[in-house]
Amino acid sequence: MSHVDPNSTVAFIPILMMLIVGVGFAVFTLVMSHFLGRRVYDPAKLGPYECGITPVGTARERFHTRFYLVAMLFIVFDIETVFLYPWAIVFKQLKIFGLIEMGVFVGILLIGLIYVWGKGALEWE
Amino acid sequence: MDATFLIASAVKVLVVLGFVLLGVPLIVWMERKVIGHMQDRIGPQRVGPFGLLQTIADGIKLFFKEDIVPDGADRVVFIIAPALPVITAFLALAVIPFGDTVRVAGHDIPLQITDVNIAVLWILGTTSMGVYGIVLGGWASNSKYPLLGGLRSSAQMISYELAQGISLVSVIVMTGTLSLASIVRQQEHLWFIVPQFFAFVIYILCGIAETNRAPFDLAEAETELVAGFHTEFSSMKFALYFLAEYANMMVVSGIAISVFFGGWHGPFLPPVVWFLIKLSLFLFFYVWLRATFPRLRYDQLMAFGWKVLLPASLLNLTVTALVVGLTA
Repeated sequence: MSHVDPNSTVAFIPILMMLIVGVGFAVFTLVMSHFLGRRVYDPAKLGPYECGITPVGTARERFHTRFYLVAMLFIVFDIETVFLYPWAIVFKQLKIFGLIEMGVFVGILLIGLIYVWGKGALEWE
Repeated sequence: MDATFLIASAVKVLVVLGFVLLGVPLIVWMERKVIGHMQDRIGPQRVGPFGLLQTIADGIKLFFKEDIVPDGADRVVFIIAPALPVITAFLALAVIPFGDTVRVAGHDIPLQITDVNIAVLWILGTTSMGVYGIVLGGWASNSKYPLLGGLRSSAQMISYELAQGISLVSVIVMTGTLSLASIVRQQEHLWFIVPQFFAFVIYILCGIAETNRAPFDLAEAETELVAGFHTEFSSMKFALYFLAEYANMMVVSGIAISVFFGGWHGPFLPPVVWFLIKLSLFLFFYVWLRATFPRLRYDQLMAFGWKVLLPASLLNLTVTALVVGLTA
């Protein structure tokens, strides 16, 4: 047998093997280091590292909403990217029709980007 | 499906695993040596010839180091998190073609673990899963530096993923397929770096940001965040993050080679050798960048991703689609 059809499910079997090997390797190293390493505990060693200063407060601090904003913007534009992939594959058959269709779709999202930009959501100062 | 396919696949999986495990110490050695010379130092030279065994010794040493789970850490997440980026890097490597089909004992074996019809999408999917390892590792540590490093890193990675994905779409518009093996075969006469130079520039900048390498290594900015998301990780947990970073560099380089630099195509030498030469050059380029550029400020980094790379990749895609659409 020479080639496996790239469209078939069989083509994913080696990926399953890779997953098993990868997980196996990670588990092996973590377990090995767990048993091989010498362990001497003391409270200072187990505390969070803050450059030698006694930790103040909890580490589970509140953080800025900008991170959530980036995550939300990411989802919008990532879905755009996901739609672009199947479009790109059949683009040579769609030709001008596909160009206009995707132009409208990307154009709407582009207006969104310009709006977000203008509102200052992309500023980190 | 038959036994040959299963055996060949298993062998290829193990070869790639071995290549990564032996290749990463070699890359680290190369990095230390090259940066050493670029900074007018010698770099490692004591252990083995030219210090070649130094990084392997470091790796073995890490096995015997104390395995610490800090107080207040989320134990389960803390243990699982370092494994995630390594596993996703291996999964991404599974679809990268590293050579032409070879004939072994009467069977044609393609030198690629598997050729799937969604290879590019698969790689983008798996590499973006790697962000979980970093953000969960940073969060689970119950420490402030890792939390900040993990947050910064996740925001950075998802921002640069957009431009990366769109820059690759420009190439897909030309090829009409997501299979990396087919994309490589289409570059027999002309590498896609020529028509898609801007896509390549955008891709490689995003790739460097995705792997958290200098000058985009904000996730582990030593001077401000100690070691960023992996401050609290020790022993093999640290080693797994380290391994993942270098394995991901291989992935990013492997995609760049397959999509823009003709994959294993090249004159005179065997295809596998050409792939390895190109891979080495890319990894050298990574190290060169690290030795050359200072780290960006975080607001510069985010602005560059959203305001420069994202519009630039969309513009590049528009021009490509216009040209292909009007000439096809």
